[in-house]
Amino acid sequence: MFFESFGEFLAMGGHGLYVWLSYGFGLFVLILNILLPLQARKRLLIQQARRLRREEARS
Amino acid sequence: MSNKNWMPRWFYQLASPRWCYQITGKLMPGFILAAVLLILAGVAWGLAFAPADYQQGNSFRIIYLHVPSAFLAQSIYMTMAIAGAIGLIWKMKVADMVAKSCAPIGASMAILALVTGAIWGKPTWGAWWVWDARLTSMLILLFLYFGVMALNSAIENESTAAQATAVLAIVGLVNIPIIKYSVDWWNTLHQPATFKLTEKPAMPVEMWLPLLIMVLGFYCFFAVALMLRLRNEIIQRERRAGWVRELLIEK
Repeated sequence: MFFESFGEFLAMGGHGLYVWLSYGFGLFVLILNILLPLQARKRLLIQQARRLRREEARS
Repeated sequence: MSNKNWMPRWFYQLASPRWCYQITGKLMPGFILAAVLLILAGVAWGLAFAPADYQQGNSFRIIYLHVPSAFLAQSIYMTMAIAGAIGLIWKMKVADMVAKSCAPIGASMAILALVTGAIWGKPTWGAWWVWDARLTSMLILLFLYFGVMALNSAIENESTAAQATAVLAIVGLVNIPIIKYSVDWWNTLHQPATFKLTEKPAMPVEMWLPLLIMVLGFYCFFAVALMLRLRNEIIQRERRAGWVRELLIEK
C-alpha cells in the first residue's frame, strides 16, 4: 500500500479532487455503456413480441 | 467458379447474423469476467499501490483511465472503419451492424479520454484545455464519431446508411496517424507515448504494469459493450427471420 492511512488515500496528496473526479466520470461512462444497451434490449424484445402477437391475431 | 473458397470458413459464418448472435451469447460471460477482474485489479493497483510520480504527485494516477480510454477511442475507430469497409466490399450485413455498434462506444471513450485529460491538465499544466495538436486531433476524432452517428441516423434505408457511414469512417482514418504522431511532429505540452513497440517504457514496472492491465481490461470491456449492442442490432434487423420469431416466443 502506497498510502499510510485511508484519509491520505482520499486526499491523494492534495490532488484528491482531480483524481476522484476522473474516476467518478470513468465509472459513469462504463456503467452507461452497459446500461443503455441492456435497456434497449428490453424495449426491443417487448416491442417485437407485441408486433408478433398483433400479426398472429390478424392472420 | 470456385473463386469464393479462398476465404476461411469462419469468415462466412461471421456473415450469418444467427451464428453471430449465438457465438456472442457464448463468448460474453468470459469477456465480462475478464473485464471485471482486470479493471478491478488495475484500478486497485493504480490507485492504492503504484508509487506517486516524482513530478506530478498523485494526479498521475489519472493515467490509468486516460491512456486506456484514448487507446480504445482509436482502436474502436479503426474497428469501425474496417468493419465498414468489409460491409462495403462483401455486402456483409453483420459487418455493417458491427460498424454501427462501434460508434457510440468509441465516442464515449473519446469523451472519457478528453475529460480525464482536461482534469489531469489542470494540476499538471495549469490549464484545462490548450489548442495543442494531440488534444485537437483527439477532439476531431470525437467529432468524426458524432458525424458517423448523425449520418447513420439521418438516412432511412439501412444499407444506404451503412454505405455512407462506412465511406465517412474510412476517410476519417487519416486522423488516426495524426493523433499518434502529433506528439512527435509538433511541439506539445502532451507527454510522449508511454508504450512503444520498440523500446521499454520510461516508467518503472510497478507503474506501467497496472496500466497494461487496465488497457487489457478496457479492451475486454469494449468486447462486452460491442456484443451487447450488436445483439440488439441483429434482433432489430432480423426481426422477420424465423429464428428471431422463435426467440421472441420463448420470452
